Amino acid sequence: MSDTLIEAKNLVKRYDGVAVVKGVSFSVARGEIFGLLGPNGAGKTTTILMLLGLSDITEGQARVVGYDPVRQPLSVKRRVGYLPDQVGFYDNLTAADNMRYMARLIGLTPQQREERIKSSLEHVGLTGVADKRVTTFSRGMRQRLGLAEILMKEAQIAILDEPTSGLDPQATLELLEIIRNLKHHGVSVLLSSHLLERVQSVCDRVALFNEGKIVLIGTVAELGRQVLGGGTYVDIEAEGQGLADKLATVPGVRAVETTAPNCFRLLAEADVRPEAAAAVVAAGGRLLRLSVEEPSLEMIYTRYFQNVSNEGARHAA
Amino acid sequence: MQREGSPFQGLGVVILKELSDHLSSWRMRVLEWLVVIAAVAVLVPPFGAIAQIKEQIAEDPFLFLKLFTRAGGALPLAAVLSFLVPLVAIGLGFDLVNSEHNQRTLSRVLSQPIYRDALLLGKFLAGLATISISLVALWLLIIGLGVVLLGIPPGAEEMARAFIFLAVTIAYAGVWLALALLFSVVFRSPATAALITLGLWLFMTILWPMLSPAFASVIFPSNDVLAVLNAQQAFARLAPSALYNEVIAVVLDPSVRSTQQSMFAAMGLVLIERGTIPDAPIPLLQSLLVVWGQIVGLVAGTILLFVTSYIVFQRQEVRA
Repeated sequence: MSDTLIEAKNLVKRYDGVAVVKGVSFSVARGEIFGLLGPNGAGKTTTILMLLGLSDITEGQARVVGYDPVRQPLSVKRRVGYLPDQVGFYDNLTAADNMRYMARLIGLTPQQREERIKSSLEHVGLTGVADKRVTTFSRGMRQRLGLAEILMKEAQIAILDEPTSGLDPQATLELLEIIRNLKHHGVSVLLSSHLLERVQSVCDRVALFNEGKIVLIGTVAELGRQVLGGGTYVDIEAEGQGLADKLATVPGVRAVETTAPNCFRLLAEADVRPEAAAAVVAAGGRLLRLSVEEPSLEMIYTRYFQNVSNEGARHAA
Repeated sequence: MQREGSPFQGLGVVILKELSDHLSSWRMRVLEWLVVIAAVAVLVPPFGAIAQIKEQIAEDPFLFLKLFTRAGGALPLAAVLSFLVPLVAIGLGFDLVNSEHNQRTLSRVLSQPIYRDALLLGKFLAGLATISISLVALWLLIIGLGVVLLGIPPGAEEMARAFIFLAVTIAYAGVWLALALLFSVVFRSPATAALITLGLWLFMTILWPMLSPAFASVIFPSNDVLAVLNAQQAFARLAPSALYNEVIAVVLDPSVRSTQQSMFAAMGLVLIERGTIPDAPIPLLQSLLVVWGQIVGLVAGTILLFVTSYIVFQRQEVRA
């Protein structure tokens, strides 16, 4: 069996002739956490639904665990766990009963059912409320219950649509911990989100969606190089006269930006912290702070969409 | 294009889950009480029909069927059912699919290894089973009360006719349940679905019988009284309650030979076929033949409405 669990080739989805997804291709390896990023309405959820066989594929091909979601949706759905955006449960049933219904639909034997429900609820820390009605559950508990269902299914792929939206920081951390655990169990995770900081901390690779297309794909570092042009940002806070001019003469510095009084941002070809510090001291300035900024997804994302809208404005003009 | 696997995978699971939802719901409590009250109100003195029926013990060979058709106070049981059954079916069906949308459970259920077919069919069958359970309970209650209060057991043909009456009532419930299911697929808001289904039901039961003669005379203008009457009846039959009432009038009264008999009687005419004795009972099979078209119409209507909701459901997007 190959190690590529999800393979999408040129997926296109049209609703009444209007393309929502316009040729999306990517692949996810076994045990990889892959993030789908992008603004709302960029086609992330539609792509996910096509991979699950819950929505028809207008054009293109997909293979999920080696099966075609259009022709073999049952085989796909047997091996893939799905946590929808704002997952819902039958409020009048208890957590365990909700899971029992799903377990029966999956076709587990009664013995497997009870064992797996117990162990997966334990895994997500909901053992104490297994027999409580879901009405009383908080948003974080519902998300964890949804993950418990994926664990119960022993899925090879977990597809999570906006798993952390609307959660408080503590609940988000707990959820991300469970997601990392899935990876350790050899489960591939496909994760869609617009909470960049969170995604960055768990994803091996990400794909940036915009208007139905993947505009960037790769690891966070690779994306940083593509979007930010390989530059490194160095932030300096220092007191002194004419520091900006002095800093601009440091070898490797391409530009100096004064972001606030006594605060400078250098765009450099490499990490120039030692040289910059020396320059400040040589100019008789008092160095207060010196830091290098790693390319964060948030920066990449903001910068990318800035560039896009600038270009758009230029085209319009 | 061939799909893998059976469309009925998971059907049993869905039926059991829906059935247990129905049976433990408040709606079912209400339904149970309706059944008991209906049976008591129709039969038991001082309101009921028993006293009247008792006076005729010696005269009528099909006395037992009078339990269903004879009015004691206001309405006979058959008329009560033709009114009550649609209401119950709509009450059970109006939020079958849209509640899954609104609870956001639909995508979670459909991401399990089942097809949408199983979910829709399971919901329909579970609803029909729930109504059937209450109708069977009501039917047994009436027959049991009948035996106790009249003091005579029913004959074989009477039981067969009563059984057909039960089956046709379930088919009649199926039409309204399928209609409610269709609107629960089409409309996301349960309140809209309920209102529109109830509106259609009111239109079909109250307004259509008044409107259909006018439509018929506009579309088929004719001087032939018989042709006009036929056209009027054909139009009236578009309402499921018209079909149902025709069927039970014939099945529960062996002396009725034609579905047009009551219509002619209202005009002071008597339908006499050559070589027959007026008012003599006809065999069960003959009664069935008279209304076979209507029975098929009810079942076909159910299937047609279900298929329509199936097609709409298949084309719907899962995402909320």
